[in-house]
Amino acid sequence: MAKPDDQEAGSSAQVSRRGFIKGAGAVLSSGIVATTEVLEAAQTPAGAKLLGPGKVPITLRVNGVAKSLNLEPRITLLEALRDELELTGAKKVCDRSVCGACTVLINGKAAYACALLAVEAQGKEITTVEGLTKQDQLHPMQQAFVDNDAQQCGYCTPGFVVAAKAFLDTHPNPTTEQIRKGLGGNLCRCGTYAGITRAVLQAAKQQKGGQSHA
Amino acid sequence: MPEYKWPEAKQRSLIGKRVSRLDGPDKVSGKAKYSSDLKRPGMLFGRFLRCPYAHAKLVSLDVSAAERVPGVKAVMTLKEPGAEIQWALDEIAVVAAENEHIAEDALRKIKVKYEKLPHLVNEADLSKAGKWAKKPTEHLQGDPDKAFQEAEVTHEGEYGIPVIAHCTLEPHGQVVEWQDQNLTVYPSTQNVSGMAQQYAQPLQIPTGNIKVRMDHVGGGFGSKFGADSWGIQSAQLAKKAGAPLKTFLEREAEIFVAGNRPSAFAKIKVGAKKDGTLVAWQSETWGTGGPTGGGLSVTEVIPYVVNVPNARKKNIAVTTHTGAQRAWRAPNHPQACYLTMSALEDMAAKLNMDALDFFVKNIALTGERSELYRKELLKAAELIDWKKKWHPRGDTTPGHIKQGLGLSIHTWGGRGHDCEARITINADGSTSVDIGSQDLGTGTRTVIAMVAAETFGLPVSGVKVNIGRSPDYPNAGASGGSTTVGGVSSATRRGALDALDQLFAKVAPSLGVEPAQLEAAGGKIQVKGNPTKSLTWNQATAKLGVTPITVSGKNPGPGNLINSGVGGAQMADVSVDTETGIVKLNKFVAVQDCGMIINQKTAESQVYGAMIMGIGYSLFEERIMDDVTGRQLNANMEFYKLTGIGDTGELVVHMWMEDPEQDARGVIGLGEPPVVSPAAAIGNAVANAIGVRVPLAPFTPYRVLAALEKKGGLTS
Repeated sequence: MAKPDDQEAGSSAQVSRRGFIKGAGAVLSSGIVATTEVLEAAQTPAGAKLLGPGKVPITLRVNGVAKSLNLEPRITLLEALRDELELTGAKKVCDRSVCGACTVLINGKAAYACALLAVEAQGKEITTVEGLTKQDQLHPMQQAFVDNDAQQCGYCTPGFVVAAKAFLDTHPNPTTEQIRKGLGGNLCRCGTYAGITRAVLQAAKQQKGGQSHA
Repeated sequence: MPEYKWPEAKQRSLIGKRVSRLDGPDKVSGKAKYSSDLKRPGMLFGRFLRCPYAHAKLVSLDVSAAERVPGVKAVMTLKEPGAEIQWALDEIAVVAAENEHIAEDALRKIKVKYEKLPHLVNEADLSKAGKWAKKPTEHLQGDPDKAFQEAEVTHEGEYGIPVIAHCTLEPHGQVVEWQDQNLTVYPSTQNVSGMAQQYAQPLQIPTGNIKVRMDHVGGGFGSKFGADSWGIQSAQLAKKAGAPLKTFLEREAEIFVAGNRPSAFAKIKVGAKKDGTLVAWQSETWGTGGPTGGGLSVTEVIPYVVNVPNARKKNIAVTTHTGAQRAWRAPNHPQACYLTMSALEDMAAKLNMDALDFFVKNIALTGERSELYRKELLKAAELIDWKKKWHPRGDTTPGHIKQGLGLSIHTWGGRGHDCEARITINADGSTSVDIGSQDLGTGTRTVIAMVAAETFGLPVSGVKVNIGRSPDYPNAGASGGSTTVGGVSSATRRGALDALDQLFAKVAPSLGVEPAQLEAAGGKIQVKGNPTKSLTWNQATAKLGVTPITVSGKNPGPGNLINSGVGGAQMADVSVDTETGIVKLNKFVAVQDCGMIINQKTAESQVYGAMIMGIGYSLFEERIMDDVTGRQLNANMEFYKLTGIGDTGELVVHMWMEDPEQDARGVIGLGEPPVVSPAAAIGNAVANAIGVRVPLAPFTPYRVLAALEKKGGLTS
């Protein structure tokens, strides 16, 4: 029988990549993130600005509107969107850049909101799935998802819609093969890929027909 | 008293058509609020301290430092020193804090000591299971000894399919909120109506004090029926903290403790005549579902569908120090199907018979649905071009890309569950259906609306469907076992017919006819055979005055609206790269019966989804346990791999409606059957391509290459 083992609780959790970044202190374009535990240990490069560990004021441009927030620098963009701004279309699923459920547009390109700290997202144009709908009018990609039943439980759907929109922006005439590669950064558990593929083809066809939507 | 039946096929305006799901626009726009999206005033976030060991005794636990972390509002210990922990990641303590990061900071301050105990986390090698292998259960039918003596050809093989995770994208969890002695739970559940009672007893409050609310659920697949320990503990912690509390599992716990499908391994012997007639079966199966054991019932599911007359069966349940199994779409069927169809296809190969001919030859052994299976197999064969593409085992064409075909058949029940629907027709013409059910993404809302609208002669938009609340809405069964569509559709149909009957009684005098002479169609209440004599729906409902019609429709109830029992056939066309071991789906065909189809569009989506999920557990998904640490090595989404959009090949779904009697059977559930066959069909296709059996699913490159080198087994 083994002897009692002293176990610091923290070691029961695997160190996630992002947890490591947060814990170690991240050098950002605008500064460094620190947590209480590492503050003493952190080697601050000369001239770098240290943010945190307490709350800091930040401004995010989300769906065309500037939002002022006061939050810990370790809060991810995804958490800021969901918990502070109540834009909950982007979902927290893997929380480590695998599944794409948190996909948003940053300066027009698809990005995982779980993989970016909110402080890093300052000065960028952030568009969430909510921002694709204008005056209650679904974006053609959103409508194509509805028409082709490209959703079941719907939890991956907002991320897929945003990724598909970004994909179509760079691939206006996609083949099925290109869609299968281009949307490989998102995962669905219910198995809605057949509908998603058809939806992207429909949206592409519609876009070519001159009915493109901002 | 109306006649409780479905309208004649030619009179249907909605049933059987392709209707886009009603909650689609909310889901694509991010408006749909899942319980994990909710934010209640002053809400805190919960996080659990989890045991790092697979089997251990808790020696001491001190949470005082965690309580002092700024932003922490409450801490609760969940196990007493001395408690024995039976699987890694079991909950030890829980913290409520202003955000999840602060809660995690606090977890790191908890001082905890364990005494490690010996564990077993892998069961593929039964010889190592020791005392954790339970006493075998055995079953005998016919005379297998005599049958094996008389068999002209026998085949013996080993097959296995490991534990897989549900990996729902919305993790298990809930938001809980107290108001004095009243609790509101916002769960992520397949069981809205059954939730309150599960909280009441452990919290020692009356069930009536508990409200349950859920608009959408991000996947369940059988793993979300319970309140769960974390639900109860969250309610207790929220009370202590004096604030609403959101606690959703982190992904590692979601994959390891919140649900898995038990494994099944087998040594199988099959006996047949030279002409292919199956005569004897023998199987020894084992598997684990964690602390409760596992394996397959010797009396029910194996051999699967093909009921070989003489059989000897034995099963050994193995308890392991791993998270507990939960129902996973069609419990036990995918495993039994994989083991059976693999062994039978191996027998066909040994007989040098075309697998399709072999199954058709033995089709009578499938029992009452044998003719349906025969027709479904032939339809699938036509869709995949079986006769042209099939070749004896082992693709002999030059090059390292080998192509192969495989098939499988399956079954499920799918009778509608107990359900009550409250149907309301208001004087302004608006109508509603309230059911304490849930829409897992199967299209339940849409089906309810279609049935009510069909009955009232209205468009789908003429019916408001209210689900996801209890006790506000009448009780419905949990959504499991493909029981929901039959339950909600029949309850809605009965209630809507009764409501319409009352409306007919109100308006008949003004049309100068007896109520029985009226019908609802095309937005009107009209006299049968004389549609010019009519009132618009709104003119008719205006006669209700101040009292709306409210009636309750139930299932079970009068009339034959639903049924149970389906077949289904699937065929896969794969290419296997014998240099890399990579298996690719070229084409995957499903032919599926399910009685009368209400919404063709969402029905097909169920089958597509099942095939895609099936590709996942055929090629990618498995729980990988480390013998040394007792921990799951891939409890994350990078290494617990789900099917991606590029992995599916061409998918063909054919809903079997060729027989008029299918429609006459009424509604039968569809969620489970098409998810049963994929590993069997794909595994058989791989064997047909490369000439050897890959015995253990999923058919990863490593296992394909090992099989080609004759090294494949159940433990690698």
